Amino acid sequence: MPTLTYRDALNQALREEMQRDPDVFLMGEEVGVYQGAYKVSRGLLEEFGPTRIVDTPIAELGFAGIGVGAAMAGLRPVIEFMTWNFALLALDQIVNAAAKMQYMSGGQFRMPMVFRGPNGAALQLGAQHSQAWESWLAHIPGLKVVAPATPADAKGLLKSAIRDDNPVIVLEGEMLYNLKGEVPDGEHLVPIGQAEVKRPGADVTLICHSKTVSVALKAAEQLAAQDVSAEVLDLRSLRPMDESAILTSVVKTNRCVVVEEGWPFCGIGAQVVDIVQRDAFDHLDAPVLRVTQADVPMPYNKQLERAAKASPEKVVAAARRVLYLD
Amino acid sequence: MATKVYMEALSPTMEEGRLVKWLAAEGSAVKAGDTLAEVETDKAVMELVARADGHLVKILVPEGQTVAVGTVVGYIGAAGEAVGDGAGSGERGAVAAAAPAPPARTAAAPTPPPSPVPLPVPAPADATRVKASPLAKRLARERGVDLKAVLGSGPGGRVVVKDLEGAGSGERGAVLPAATPVPRPASPVPAGVEFEDVPLTQIRKTIAKRLISSLGPVPHFFLTAEVDMERAAEAREALNRDLGDEAKVSFNDLIVKATALALVRHRACNAWFQDDHIRYWNAAHIGIAVAVEDGLITPVVRDADRKSLSEIGRESRALAQKARIRRLTPAEYTGATFSVSNLGMFDIDEFTAVINPPEAGILAIGGITAKPVAVAGAVQVRRRMRVTMSCDHRVIDGATGAAFLKTLKQMLENPLAMLL
Repeated sequence: MPTLTYRDALNQALREEMQRDPDVFLMGEEVGVYQGAYKVSRGLLEEFGPTRIVDTPIAELGFAGIGVGAAMAGLRPVIEFMTWNFALLALDQIVNAAAKMQYMSGGQFRMPMVFRGPNGAALQLGAQHSQAWESWLAHIPGLKVVAPATPADAKGLLKSAIRDDNPVIVLEGEMLYNLKGEVPDGEHLVPIGQAEVKRPGADVTLICHSKTVSVALKAAEQLAAQDVSAEVLDLRSLRPMDESAILTSVVKTNRCVVVEEGWPFCGIGAQVVDIVQRDAFDHLDAPVLRVTQADVPMPYNKQLERAAKASPEKVVAAARRVLYLD
Repeated sequence: MATKVYMEALSPTMEEGRLVKWLAAEGSAVKAGDTLAEVETDKAVMELVARADGHLVKILVPEGQTVAVGTVVGYIGAAGEAVGDGAGSGERGAVAAAAPAPPARTAAAPTPPPSPVPLPVPAPADATRVKASPLAKRLARERGVDLKAVLGSGPGGRVVVKDLEGAGSGERGAVLPAATPVPRPASPVPAGVEFEDVPLTQIRKTIAKRLISSLGPVPHFFLTAEVDMERAAEAREALNRDLGDEAKVSFNDLIVKATALALVRHRACNAWFQDDHIRYWNAAHIGIAVAVEDGLITPVVRDADRKSLSEIGRESRALAQKARIRRLTPAEYTGATFSVSNLGMFDIDEFTAVINPPEAGILAIGGITAKPVAVAGAVQVRRRMRVTMSCDHRVIDGATGAAFLKTLKQMLENPLAMLL
């Protein structure tokens, strides 16, 4: 199996889907001539031309709205945001138009479109450019939200997202684009709504997604050295969420820690805890703990930023607490 | 190879324990989790459980004796296995009292000494709620294990699944003591006895230690006020008219509530003195002094400022009841931010109370008595009550304490103010 970066896996998914279906097109800031702010669209303008790889002005609400109109007219737009922090300007189109169109038109208009771009913090980008939006987006009925952590999942989930007839949010990561991994050639689809055990274990379940998958895997490594066998469950899709995978794992381990990049209040982890306490109550040996970003705007200072983020050490500490080891 | 049975630290402050009663006989078969003995800690009578399966091959510490935490008190091994003897032969701790504790000693030598007073061991029945994780509860139910017989190792004594390991069948409940409380024998003083020496119980030792650490180092001063209780008495009568016996509101409940509300308004008095800082509490957790057999303890009504009178009443009655049967858990008698001691029922007019560190104040409540007082230039007979506040001068100054006491007095004199 070839080894690709996360960036090139996304590029491959876009190219394959555009070759497969002439209705698919990519639109956003700097996606064409500049080949993408993070080079996800490298070579696509050359191959598909300016009618299918469309450079836009710096006007997120505008081009998101054009995408909604194109989807209503039967095309399958992929809207790239340079980061999800900028997509805040387009929330009206995402939440009020894309997410509601099928419902409010009684199914007369379908909404087969994708909004994608990097989400969450990178390094020292400051409070306004270091935010994880998944709990905002997953809150909205009518949207699907995926957050791949590996190159293979990035390819498989983006392809599934483009083929889905609902608006799908694809959350990528600036710190993920260079990540390398094996990616199956050709037709590789990861179904939306399916979590994956990234490391099997018996004593505690670490539930994570996107960038926190590597955090949880590192924590599991450290825990193994302390004779604790941790299972790492990558949610991959946040809405719909794979409840049965969560429950299967927690029923096996009886203990659970949820790790996420976002803030604690009303976070994705809160949703996971709701599922666990409701449907696995009699299997819990300890309250479920969460590891999140500190409940503050992301500091710019390097040391403070590191302290604010979820880390393997914080996950290890939480896991030891649910195991009553500390 | 026999397993040593240690005197375990069964409360956060326990340094030694008195072996009240062996519940497993020497030579009997035991399973991990079985209760071996009852141990009196500095606060309560707790259960010492077996940590291994086997036979209790040797008992080293007789009933009534006090030993340090960490002392070996017995051995669990294979039936008939020979083990060393002599308490404390283990490496874990020194022996505090290797010699058997002297029985109650009397001055009249030839008279047989009165048998040491057995500590009443009431039925724990439902006196305490067992905290257990959902999984531990489910497994206990499936395996027929009585959770009350399992010592929880989790936070606040929560029974977690590892505490159930090795726990077996449903017979375990049977090791709990029978439900008959042992009455304290009325001891007529034998003729010619000049005095009786009674060894200090754990609770008396703790009281002694705690109070020396208060009145010595803590600079006390005292403020006394007389409160007119006419309207409080009327309010109480009106409230109780429609309430069943279970829910009746006592004067003490009114005082606890008023104290809590006054503390929230005067946070300067709702504080702990800590070595290098003062911790001001936002919530008012009120310790209520309860007299128990040979001592006293202050169970805590938490967040009393936010509880209704009937909640405070119900809770303090339940806590006092548990205190009297010595089944309070550490969580129930620690963490008070301020205390109230009421000797009104003993016809005390006024008194001063000793502060319970790190709290910075305590209220001493005297009895309510009808007396003539001048009201608007005329003499009337009114129900009055004297309260004395002991203040830690490191935290509270005279004017600060007086302001708190004034608010308290206003609330009790106009109980409707508590609704504000």
